[in-house]
Amino acid sequence: MTRFRSTILALCLSLTALPALAVQPNEVLKDPAMEARARHISEGLRCLVCQNQSIDDSDAPLAKDLRVLVRERLKEGDSNGQVIDYVVARYGEFVLLRPVFGWHTLLLWLSPLLAVGFGAFGIWRLSRRRPPKADDLSHAEKAEVEALLKRP
Amino acid sequence: MIVEIGHYALALALALSLVQAVMPAWAARSGDAALREVAGPAALGTFACILFAFCALTYAHVTSDFSVQNVVENSHTAKPLIYKISGVWGNHEGSMLLWVLILALFGAWVATAKTSVPPVLRTNTLMVQASVTFVFVLFIITTSNPFARVAPAPLEGNDLNPLLQDFGLAIHPPLLYLGYVGFSVTFAFAVAALIEGRIDAVWARAVRPWALIAWSFLTLGIAMGSYWAYYELGWGGWWFWDPVENASLMPWIAGTALLHSIVVMEKRDALKVWTVLLAILTFSLSLVGTFIVRSGLLTSVHSFASDPSRGVFILAILALFIGGALSLFAWRAPSLRQGGLFAPISREGALVMNNLFLVAACATVFVGTLYPLLLEMLTGEKISVGPPFFNWTFIPLALPLLVIVPFGQALAWKRGDAAAAAQRLLAAFAVALVVALGAAAWTWGGPVMAPVGLGFGAYLIIGSVLEIWARARGYGHNRTRDFGTTWRRAIGLPRSAWGTALAHAGVGVVVLGIAGQGWATEGLATIRPGGQVASGPYVATLDRVGPTKGENFEETTAFLTLRNRAGDYVGTAETGKRFYPSRRMTVTESGLKTIGVSQIYASLGEVMPDGSIGMRLYYKPLVLLIWIGSLIMAAGGGLSLTDRRMRVGAPVKARAKLPPSAVPAE
Repeated sequence: MTRFRSTILALCLSLTALPALAVQPNEVLKDPAMEARARHISEGLRCLVCQNQSIDDSDAPLAKDLRVLVRERLKEGDSNGQVIDYVVARYGEFVLLRPVFGWHTLLLWLSPLLAVGFGAFGIWRLSRRRPPKADDLSHAEKAEVEALLKRP
Repeated sequence: MIVEIGHYALALALALSLVQAVMPAWAARSGDAALREVAGPAALGTFACILFAFCALTYAHVTSDFSVQNVVENSHTAKPLIYKISGVWGNHEGSMLLWVLILALFGAWVATAKTSVPPVLRTNTLMVQASVTFVFVLFIITTSNPFARVAPAPLEGNDLNPLLQDFGLAIHPPLLYLGYVGFSVTFAFAVAALIEGRIDAVWARAVRPWALIAWSFLTLGIAMGSYWAYYELGWGGWWFWDPVENASLMPWIAGTALLHSIVVMEKRDALKVWTVLLAILTFSLSLVGTFIVRSGLLTSVHSFASDPSRGVFILAILALFIGGALSLFAWRAPSLRQGGLFAPISREGALVMNNLFLVAACATVFVGTLYPLLLEMLTGEKISVGPPFFNWTFIPLALPLLVIVPFGQALAWKRGDAAAAAQRLLAAFAVALVVALGAAAWTWGGPVMAPVGLGFGAYLIIGSVLEIWARARGYGHNRTRDFGTTWRRAIGLPRSAWGTALAHAGVGVVVLGIAGQGWATEGLATIRPGGQVASGPYVATLDRVGPTKGENFEETTAFLTLRNRAGDYVGTAETGKRFYPSRRMTVTESGLKTIGVSQIYASLGEVMPDGSIGMRLYYKPLVLLIWIGSLIMAAGGGLSLTDRRMRVGAPVKARAKLPPSAVPAE
């Protein structure tokens, strides 16, 4: 599994001339509280050229651009929600690692509830529909039982 | 020449597995017992042939035979020997060959295992196993031939992806496949039982060791992969909810559910139909996982469409086996007789709850992994389902499960007493509460969930200890207060009881490790030699940056001295960037310093022309417990396997030996 992931990472790496690690020291904001907000937002945004990686983890140049963009918006006084809306407006819902709750994702978000609900319902139904046990005997078995009972 | 013989051996294995799949079916119709016995030797023959083919490919890799396409694409003369060997399965063709090798290994294992499996069940099982082998060997030969030659042969190969040049590749895929593919045996047993239309405790007892073997290996494989990703990818994450990781997690969850429902079936003759369904689903999820990884579907829908031959072939295999098995199930299941009544509050009831939550968790991972694909196919809308989604949905399903684990153990079979069980676990509740409150007070203002997680971990571990303790003390008039007697009885408990307790305690240890990550810290700085970067309770000083050289790479290494905040020396760490000239790729090597079960994790960032470097330092408290706990879980599975019950066949009812006229119609 990691092999596959690694291949993708390798792809990302090979795209960059100077491979670098995720968030760079020179990107970090002076205000620790604002930086923490930036990190929190970045963890939920997808690197568009990578496979299932957040821009916070990614080494791709595009991810770096997005990290800088997020920090610039924050410096201009945007709230977390406004920053995310701004990025989604530019790149679409695809950038959100946590999908929005809407009609097109209803089944996705409800899947845990549906699974537990259907399972519980199934268990409840089955537990009420137990066949009486004694009637399982076939004719041969009944005859055998009779014979045994009659034995002195 | 050896390569050609290897290719031939693979073709021979194809023929042999076909013989093994067809002959018993024919024998069943003609009633020829001798013909039925062909299955055993054929299974051994198939395994021998595939083993030879695998060795032939390994030989080509080790001798750097660049007239073989697969070697050209994945090897290099300067590569260290161990990576020449592990490189055999570091690519699509080779890893599929390893897949069928393990499939055939399990086939041969079933054929030779000395168990008291009834002959018809055994033959049918080998038949199903052989048909899976046949189809996958056919897949390799027709779409993924590892023995293809190339002319003219180049002088040098393209080398293996540097990220894969790690000890992790040597052991992670074999372990993972032993787990993944091991569930083919339980699948084969389930289908065989459906073909025969007969399923009972004998079946459960025959299947349980195979489920345990597969589950233990899968646990090890996943844990190993997780640790590999943790130290190799350079940002310290240990689980990414990546589709390919999910592909291995799904059979693991389903396999865990299977392991538990088999117990109910073996002891109480209940949940038969459900257990058979789970056995089918578990291997189906392994197949889906193989499809996800091997078809290239998840990389992009387009890469799937551009070379659909492999993907479509595996999709056909999926349809054949999953569809076939489920149809057979739908046809036969109503005729399987249910047995073993139980009250809702009972050991069985708790195990049903275990199955409910495990299957729901598995379904959630399944939907989360495949939903974006389906949505794009149906509506063209592109969405991402990443870690935040899985954390939000998976954890709420996992927590009730953790509560049930010790509770179910404390309940009696058939009809349990919830209040008595809770009383028995009083010590576990108390310790959990103290641990959680203590941790919360100690780290006031920190993360909320982390102390809760520690509490859960402690609850599970103490719960396991109490389970052994209570069983050793005995119940009713057998109860003893003497410590010596308790000790002797504890030693005398069945190994499966110890295995269960160990595995459950292992879950607790994993939970402790995960909880610890709530307190992980990260430090980031651009430093020159002499400069410092701090993280949590530790400070790293950069001593020097210098070049080092490996067999097939050049490395820029940063040497660090680690101290705690008080200035006491803790140790050293080296982290570097390795440049592999053959592929012109750079890979980060993280520097790890283990302190107890915690780690300091250093990762080298950008190296500037002026001599300064970007340095990232993590402190990961308790992180090693995640993998130690997994090892304990797998060890619990292994211990269970040595139980006497696993070696001795289930008692067969004398009724089965009555003359045919007296045997009731099923």
